[in-house]
Amino acid sequence: MIAYTLKRLLAGVVTVFFIATATFALMHAVPGDPLAGAKVRSPEIRANLQARYGLDRPVLVQYAVYMRNMAKGDFGISFTQQNRSVNDIIRQHFPVSAVLGLLALGFATLGGVLLGSLTAQLRGRMTDRTVLFLVVVGISVPSFVFAALAQEGVLLWNAWAGTTVLPVAGWGTFRAMILPALSLGLGTLAFLTRLMRSSLLEIVSQDYVRTARAKGLPGWRIFLFHELRNGILPVITLLGPALASITTGGFVVETVFAIPGLGRYFVQAVQALDYTVIMGLTVFYGAFLVLMVIAVDIAYGWVDPRIRVAKEGGA
Amino acid sequence: MPPRIPAAALALLLSVPGCSGGGADAARPGAKVLRIAMSEEPPQLDSTRATDQVSIFVLGHVMEGLTRYGRAGEIVPGVAERWELGDRKAVFHLRERARWSDGPPVTAHDFVFAWRTAVDPKTASEYAFILYPVKNAEAIASGKLPAGALGVRARDDRTLEVEFERPTGHFLALTAFATYLPLREDFYRARPGRYAADAPDLLSNGPFVLSRWVHGASLTFEKNPRYWDEESVTLDRIEVPYITPDANTVYSLFKDGKIDSTGLGRDQLPLAQADRFRMRAFSTGSAFYMEFNHRPGKPTANLHLRRAIRLVFHPGEFVSKVLGVPGTLPGTRLIPRWVRGVAEPFVREHPLDPVRPDLVAAKAELALARKELGGTLPPLLWLTGEGAGASREAEYVQYLLSSRLGLTLKIDKQTFKQRLAKMTSGEFDVVSAGWGPDYADPMTFADLFASWNENNRGRWRNARYDALIREAQGTVDPARRMDAMAEAERILLDEVAILPTSEGGAVYVLSPRVTGVVRHMVGTDPDFTRARIAEGAR
Repeated sequence: MIAYTLKRLLAGVVTVFFIATATFALMHAVPGDPLAGAKVRSPEIRANLQARYGLDRPVLVQYAVYMRNMAKGDFGISFTQQNRSVNDIIRQHFPVSAVLGLLALGFATLGGVLLGSLTAQLRGRMTDRTVLFLVVVGISVPSFVFAALAQEGVLLWNAWAGTTVLPVAGWGTFRAMILPALSLGLGTLAFLTRLMRSSLLEIVSQDYVRTARAKGLPGWRIFLFHELRNGILPVITLLGPALASITTGGFVVETVFAIPGLGRYFVQAVQALDYTVIMGLTVFYGAFLVLMVIAVDIAYGWVDPRIRVAKEGGA
Repeated sequence: MPPRIPAAALALLLSVPGCSGGGADAARPGAKVLRIAMSEEPPQLDSTRATDQVSIFVLGHVMEGLTRYGRAGEIVPGVAERWELGDRKAVFHLRERARWSDGPPVTAHDFVFAWRTAVDPKTASEYAFILYPVKNAEAIASGKLPAGALGVRARDDRTLEVEFERPTGHFLALTAFATYLPLREDFYRARPGRYAADAPDLLSNGPFVLSRWVHGASLTFEKNPRYWDEESVTLDRIEVPYITPDANTVYSLFKDGKIDSTGLGRDQLPLAQADRFRMRAFSTGSAFYMEFNHRPGKPTANLHLRRAIRLVFHPGEFVSKVLGVPGTLPGTRLIPRWVRGVAEPFVREHPLDPVRPDLVAAKAELALARKELGGTLPPLLWLTGEGAGASREAEYVQYLLSSRLGLTLKIDKQTFKQRLAKMTSGEFDVVSAGWGPDYADPMTFADLFASWNENNRGRWRNARYDALIREAQGTVDPARRMDAMAEAERILLDEVAILPTSEGGAVYVLSPRVTGVVRHMVGTDPDFTRARIAEGAR
């Protein structure tokens, strides 16, 4: 088990190394000059800026310097916010994205499991069909459309109530987090509902469920201890990658609700060709995703011995 | 800082859904607080390096230079109470009551230190060039002289002497610019590389101090009790509780009563109209124009082709039908209407005959162009940026040229940085361009098309134009300067080096309880420093 974990972690480090190298190469291949502004800099000012960011050195040297600093955990100074380090940006804004992501995922998981179970129990009835229709809507409507609509709705609600029922935008209080978390989690909720439903429907016809029923167990016991426990496994598998994708994919929702998350910085950095921020955030997000996948694999192997044996045998 | 989630918040939410939470509303009664949203957080509050609108907005509220802009955009005394401006040098007398927010007086040494820092190559300030009128500034920025050689010295604590590289008639407008703001050496040096990175790392000498800054989330400005002119400041606080580039969200916040003012984009105009908010239009100060490529071999290097295009383009129709933003004015010249000449607006002191659209004359010019270019006219490449406005403009010009002149226009839409790269390398025939002024003087526009100016992306060259700009730059005599620039502008327009399209305008809404907001064409905009909040209002 320890050897397996170490092996996976080592592979993760190699993956992150390749992510960093590929990003560095792509970033330098994109046309455009990170130091260009609306007003042209004269040659001596350009030279001073290039020297400040080490852009006056050959690309390979830049790469070597960058990788060495990165190995030490230093992502450098932002090109646009020249007195802010990329490490500070990550430290200050990732927790915001993470809280938003966790809330969204919590909402999605809870809702997905509940609705999935409900539709599986009531298969073919009106409730099932209505929920399934809503699920299709939830999967196809992008989160930013829902965010904009929800905001408009809250605005009307506030005007009607004559007070602030929910804040239209902002961050810092729990009430401000509700709408963004709902908007961000909706797609995942819909997806998990479908997953949960199909997983449960498969289990309902299993032998052990039929045995339990034949033994005369009450319905709620069968559901809780036999169906739900097994049906929820695929959902758990998806939680790690889902957390990573929700946490890293929330930039539009962050913009709509004026949330100081990391996603916004990422998008701005790409537009401004802010080399150090692009590199730092890509590597950070990459490492985060890799870590999540490894964590789920290890946890899964721990829960289900068959998987661990299969993986160790195969490696 | 990770967000704090008070444990009680959940209970509050479940039990009192209608409660208006948030600390802002619960502030001490009677405090005059103005609330606004920002499109992004200020990227750079170190005044030697600040270049963008948002940072300059913040600096304009917490700092003050030797001079500043008054209500009507005129230059008024700031830290300097009076001055003598000559051909070779200027002397500024600092006021006794000017203080830093932590107590000590603002001295001439603080300006000397700030200006030296800004031109120091190690600082790598993008706006170092704006200090080039000061003796040796360019040589220092180029690494040829040490920063100590800069032509500025403190004769005593309250007298600042500036030596010029060449006569600079617009110097008093420059001293209102962010790069010219003072910095106190001990405070700056105590924070290597981190000056102005957070609220406690910024020292103020202006009407407000930055008391709180949660990156990406909010800023708070408190009135500075040590500001020399604090009686004129009636606001207790300016709060920026929201930072987002989403214009619809910001409009919703205004509608919900959470902020007191916001600018309106084209998409929000109909909404504000339907909601019956009072809209105010103002001029942003920028000039927009088609910049032609004059590099050899380009079809647009042909004067007759450029004239033909000018003769079918109607700026008034373009502004009303295509742009459709109140406050925007038809562009007829390089120097916009708001810029002052000697005593009155420059355009009034130096009137020009307008060019009227004339299809017959346009076709005659086109025939000449075709002959000179060897019989055929290739499609023209129109370089422009992203965004709906850029598309509308491009499609309008495309339609105009094809329906009136039978010319084909190919549209090349690029992201900001890519467009800049193509402008610099000359990969265009016409580029939709514009210029935001750095200071309130015609020179901020006039020297754009001098042959040595690298912002002259079309590479238009005219010896007479260059000579006139040199002449205007060689004297502080206002009449001579203005005459030379007017003559230069006339040549530029006669040659159709560029084709002006519009003068930037914008619309904003303001809560009825707020008065005294000033919109500036240059520098800090909007200016809330002397805003007032009506007595008894929410």
